[in-house]
Amino acid sequence: MTRLNKQGLTRRALLSRAVAAGALAVAGPGFIAATDAAWAVEVTAISEHEMATLLQMARDIYPHDRVGDRFYAVAIKSYDVTEQKEMVAEGIAALDEAAKKAGFDNYLAAGWEDDRVAILRSIQDTPFFQTVRGGLVTGLYNQKDIWPIFGYEGESFSQGGYIDRGFDDIDWL
Amino acid sequence: MAKAAKFELTDDSVVVIVGTGAGGGVLANELAQKGVKVVALEAGGRYLPEDYVNDEWESFGQLAWVDPRTTSGDWRVAKDFSGLPAWIVKAVGGTSIHWAGASLRFQDHEWKALSTYGPVEGASLLDWPIDAAEMAPWYDKAEAKLGVTGVGGRARLPGNNNYKVFEKGALALGYKDVHTGNMAINSADYDDRMACQQTGFCFQGCKWGAKWSSAYTDIPRGEATGNLEVRDHAHVARILHDDSGKVTGVEYFDKDGNLQMQKARVVAVAGNSFESPRLLLNSHSSMFPDGLANSSGQVGRNYMRHTTGSVYATFEQPVKMWRGTTMAGIIRDEARHDPSRGFVGGYELETLSLGLPFMAAFLDPGGWGREFTTALDSYANMAGMWIVGEDMPQADNRVTLSNTEDKFGLKVANVNFSDHPNDVAMRNHAYKQGQAIYKAVGATRTLPTPPYPSTHNLGTNRMSERPEDGVVDRNGRAHDVPNLFVSDGSQFTTGAAENPTLTIVALAIRQADHIAKEMAAGNV
Repeated sequence: MTRLNKQGLTRRALLSRAVAAGALAVAGPGFIAATDAAWAVEVTAISEHEMATLLQMARDIYPHDRVGDRFYAVAIKSYDVTEQKEMVAEGIAALDEAAKKAGFDNYLAAGWEDDRVAILRSIQDTPFFQTVRGGLVTGLYNQKDIWPIFGYEGESFSQGGYIDRGFDDIDWL
Repeated sequence: MAKAAKFELTDDSVVVIVGTGAGGGVLANELAQKGVKVVALEAGGRYLPEDYVNDEWESFGQLAWVDPRTTSGDWRVAKDFSGLPAWIVKAVGGTSIHWAGASLRFQDHEWKALSTYGPVEGASLLDWPIDAAEMAPWYDKAEAKLGVTGVGGRARLPGNNNYKVFEKGALALGYKDVHTGNMAINSADYDDRMACQQTGFCFQGCKWGAKWSSAYTDIPRGEATGNLEVRDHAHVARILHDDSGKVTGVEYFDKDGNLQMQKARVVAVAGNSFESPRLLLNSHSSMFPDGLANSSGQVGRNYMRHTTGSVYATFEQPVKMWRGTTMAGIIRDEARHDPSRGFVGGYELETLSLGLPFMAAFLDPGGWGREFTTALDSYANMAGMWIVGEDMPQADNRVTLSNTEDKFGLKVANVNFSDHPNDVAMRNHAYKQGQAIYKAVGATRTLPTPPYPSTHNLGTNRMSERPEDGVVDRNGRAHDVPNLFVSDGSQFTTGAAENPTLTIVALAIRQADHIAKEMAAGNV
C-alpha cells in the first residue's frame, strides 16, 4: 500500500543529520530516515518537517513502545500526496502554533511525550487530528507485520484452525 | 442436482422474496420444498466458504453492507460510526454468513413483555400475538435445521481459552447456568456439514461450513428443487400495487444498473430492519402516501438493537482469546426477569473475541493515548465477553427516509436511536457483573467497552394483534396488504434477551407453511 525505501545513505551521513534534527528521525532533503539508518521514507509532496511531525504525532496518538518507527511511517506515508498537501500544511502549522503557545519552538521540540500529548489534546477536536487518528486505526493496526508484536496470530484456516494447535491450551487458571 | 429455475419477469405466479439471509433464505427454501415457485432478489453478490477470508478488514470489504446510511439520536454509534449504524452483510445468505451462531429460544415470558413487565414509561411494549407454546414446534424444526448444539441429542462444543476464563469467573461468582451455549456450529459432522475446527473468524464467514448459513444450505437446496431462482446484485427499489391495494410485483436495479420489474403473486420482505422499512417507505403511492403497509404509522418505528456492550479484561498471563469459536460460551443466570436489579427484562453474557485490527477499531472508538494503547499491548492476555439484553421498544427509535440518496437515487435509511433508562440500567448492571467475573480470575484491568454498530436489528415492522399497533399480523402478513409479508427480524414485537436468528428462522419456517396453505386455498 505504501513504499518504504531503504536509502543508500551512509550511517555517518544520517547521524550527522540526526544531530540537527533530533533523535527520532532524520529529516533531510527529500526523505526522512531513522537515525540508525534502518529505514527511510521518501518525501515528495509534503515537506520533511511535516513528515517528521506526522510521524511523531502518530507515535504520540498510538504509542506502542515495542513497535518501531517504520510501522508508523508506513501508516502516514499516504499523506505525502498532492491531494493531501494543503490539509497537512495547515494541520501541522496549527499544531506547531499550539506548541508555541505551550512554550516550545514547535511540536517536535517538545521533548517529553506528556508535553506533546497536552498539545495534541488542545487540537483533538479538529478535522486534521481526527483524520490522522482515524487513518491510523487501519493504517497502523492492519499491518500484518505488527501483529506478532501483539501476539496476534491472524489467519488460521490454512493451518487447520486451532483444533489441534492450542484452542484450549490455557494452563494458568 | 436439478438445474436452478429461471422465471420470466412477467410470471405473476411467483413469490418474490427480497433478501436471502436467515429470514428470506429460509423462507425461499421452505417454499421451494413445498413446490412453490420463488424468485429471491439479493442486493449483494454470492460468496461461499472458499471465498471467505480470515482477515477482518478484508472480509468486511467483501461482505459488509457499506452503502450509505445516516444516523441520529444520542447513541454513541451515531458519533463514532455515523455512516455505519449496523455491521451486517450484503450477500446471498445475508447476515447468516456473519452471525456468531448463538441459537437461543425466547424465554416463555418474553413473548408477553407488556403483561410480564407492565407498562414502562417511555416504552411502547406489547405482547406478541403468538406465544411459547405455539412457537415450540417451529423452534424444534429450526434447531434441527441449524444443527443447534446442546439440544436434540447434539453435543455442545468444547470450550476454548476465552471460555475457560469466563467459566471460572462465572462459577466463582456463583452463576449456575454456564456452558458453551446452544450454537448452530457443528460439534460433530451433521447434515453434510463438518465439525468446527476452532479456527476463529466466525464473523468472517465459516470457511469449513461448520456454522450454519443459508448461503450454503437453504439457498442451494432450494435451487436444487427447480423452484427457486436467486438473482444476486438485484437491488429492490419499490414494491408495486394495483387499484385494489394488493401488491403486484417489485421494481429492482439489476447488476448492470438497469431497472427491471418482476411480477409477483406474493411479496415477502426480508432485508433486515433498516432496508425492509426503507423499502416500504420508499414504496409510497397515491393510495399509500405514507408508505406501503403504513396506515398505522408504525413502519420504521420501535427499532431495537439489544442492550449490548462488551467487557474485556487483561490478565498476567496469555489467554489468546482469538483461538477457537468466537461465541461458544454463555452465562444465562441474568437472563431472567427480576426487577429487583433495577430494570425489567434480562440479559445474556456470551464470550466474544475480536482480532487485533477490530479491537483497535472498537475497544474505545475515538480513544487514543496510552490509556488506549497499553490495553492493546496486553491483547494476547485479554479475555472478552458480550452483553446481549432486551432493550425497550420506543416509538421514536425509528428508521425514516434520509435526504441522502444511494447510487440508484433512492433515499437511504436514517436510523435514530437513543437508549431508554431501562437499557442504561441494564447495561451498567452487566458491566459491573462482567468486570466482577474477570476480577474473580485475577484480571489486572477491566475494560467496559461501548456497543458496536448493531448486528441485532429488530422491530421496525412489528407484529401486533391490533392493526393500529403494528405493521404485520401473527403470520408476518401486512395488516394493510393481504399478499405482502415481512420475514425478517423487523417483525419482532419485542427483542427478548436472546440472539435473534433462531427465532427469525423459526418464524420463517412457520410463515412458509402459512403462505403455502394460503396459496393452495386461493386466499392470496
